[in-house]
Amino acid sequence: MSTTAIPHRSGFSLAEYVTCLTGIVWREGLRFLHQRARFVSALVRPLVWLFIFAAGFRQVLGFSIIPPYETYILYEVYIAPGLMAMIQLFNGMQSSLSMVYDREMGNMRTLLVSPLPRWYLLFCKLVAGTAVSLLQVYAFLLIAWFWDITPPPIGYLTVLPALVLAGLMMGALGMLISSGIKQLENFAGVMNFVIFPMFFASSALYPLWRVREGSVMLYYVCQFNPFTHAVELIRFALYGQVNWISLAVVAGCTAVFMIGAIIAYDPSRGLVRRAPGGGEA
Amino acid sequence: MTAADTHIAAATPSPADPGHDPATLPALAIAGVSHSYGTRRALIDVSFDVQPASFTALLGLNGAGKSTLFSLITRLFGIQAGRIGIFGHDISHAPSEALRLMGVVFQPRTLDLDLSVMQNLLYHAALHGIGRREARSRGGEVLTRIGLTDRMGSKVRDLSGGQMRRLEIARALLHRPRLLLLDEATVGLDVKARADILGHVRQLVTEQGIGVLWATHLFDEIAASDALVVLHQGRVLANGAVARVIADAGAADINSAFMRLTGATIQTGDAAS
Repeated sequence: MSTTAIPHRSGFSLAEYVTCLTGIVWREGLRFLHQRARFVSALVRPLVWLFIFAAGFRQVLGFSIIPPYETYILYEVYIAPGLMAMIQLFNGMQSSLSMVYDREMGNMRTLLVSPLPRWYLLFCKLVAGTAVSLLQVYAFLLIAWFWDITPPPIGYLTVLPALVLAGLMMGALGMLISSGIKQLENFAGVMNFVIFPMFFASSALYPLWRVREGSVMLYYVCQFNPFTHAVELIRFALYGQVNWISLAVVAGCTAVFMIGAIIAYDPSRGLVRRAPGGGEA
Repeated sequence: MTAADTHIAAATPSPADPGHDPATLPALAIAGVSHSYGTRRALIDVSFDVQPASFTALLGLNGAGKSTLFSLITRLFGIQAGRIGIFGHDISHAPSEALRLMGVVFQPRTLDLDLSVMQNLLYHAALHGIGRREARSRGGEVLTRIGLTDRMGSKVRDLSGGQMRRLEIARALLHRPRLLLLDEATVGLDVKARADILGHVRQLVTEQGIGVLWATHLFDEIAASDALVVLHQGRVLANGAVARVIADAGAADINSAFMRLTGATIQTGDAAS
């Protein structure tokens, strides 16, 4: 019998943290590429809104000139940032759905028994989900370009940090929600109660001054909806500008959702306490 | 300090203690561990050790609390009472150090079916901070050891049940742990696959000095030279060398010893397979 020395190490090097992050992002990317139907549906959904819904409403809705736009714009141009945020919202929920699935199937254990800190592993999952959403958003922007959605070339670059932050916020929200879901079957209901109200009670499809004309109360609901600020952050960033209020709200919500998600996944407090019979973690 | 604290402190002095040789620490020290799901008590004051280079069988019926215990050892569940140490590292207070030394094969399959054999290994390596080049090298080694080199590029969903289990063991060994936990690793496998896996794990004990905790409900997976822990309805009913457990129960073999201890019957491997 060989007698191997027992290694005693504390802490992790930066290289180990980076390796873990790239490994999780790589795996999430591979899974996404294997699920072609997911990629197609992620693209078809906003394109349907762009090609059909926006075309139909182009003549109905009129716009005054509002920042960040410097001239009159087509309705398609207006809703493009909202559709980009919608891609990220759906992707965040899809990621959380896959976390619930992984939890039920047992794959989540592989992640959670890693020696790296659990908060970091969950953060890596969020980053991985965001990276996947970026692929989808840029694919959408590419197609939208042929539909005359042509922001300034620099906008494709300046929108990137906004997309990263908005993606993290949506992913963290999804993760927080998924930590409270016991079974996969319950997820569809949550989707209906989260995605649709968030999307429709926002500035994604119509500017808030329009909403205010119709209902002051709905206007305030929209103002308090973090998704509204994600949309506005993306909208301004796409034109090389910063909406500071939206930036603050999205950054704050990202932090709150992320901390909530990490606490909810803590074994001593979160979902595992509810698991009967030594079941799922 | 509770009785459990005293036990673990005596059994597992900190590896950071000056002059202390970590190789003399128990691979796994469980002291006074209890766990409840609401009002249902799943584990009651469980205490036992697993020594390095030893094969310890954790024998119990389904529902005895084996999986809950594994979830506690691997920190999937928070510890409500008692302490668990891996080579002296408390799993609650030094989880990273403890998990680094531990490889786990859970009862449910935890492989990514859409990824290839090597991709699954690379993902696991990344979770342990092992770089791509080193991971490929180690992956090649462990696949050779378990005889899956020719399936390196195959999708996991194309493997047989036995091959998947072997791959899970290979994955658990990739980061070179000193303690290996296997929860019902042979469930659902045919007789030959079971024998192969059991033989391979025993080889790891004798050749690499790994401490193994093998949870099972099949008594024919237990050898005379093993250490045995009998877990029933959340309590440890017997703990020691197989021969001693049998003698203490006044029985002729493990099967009758288990029946005497628990008042239950247990499946044989043949019956299960």
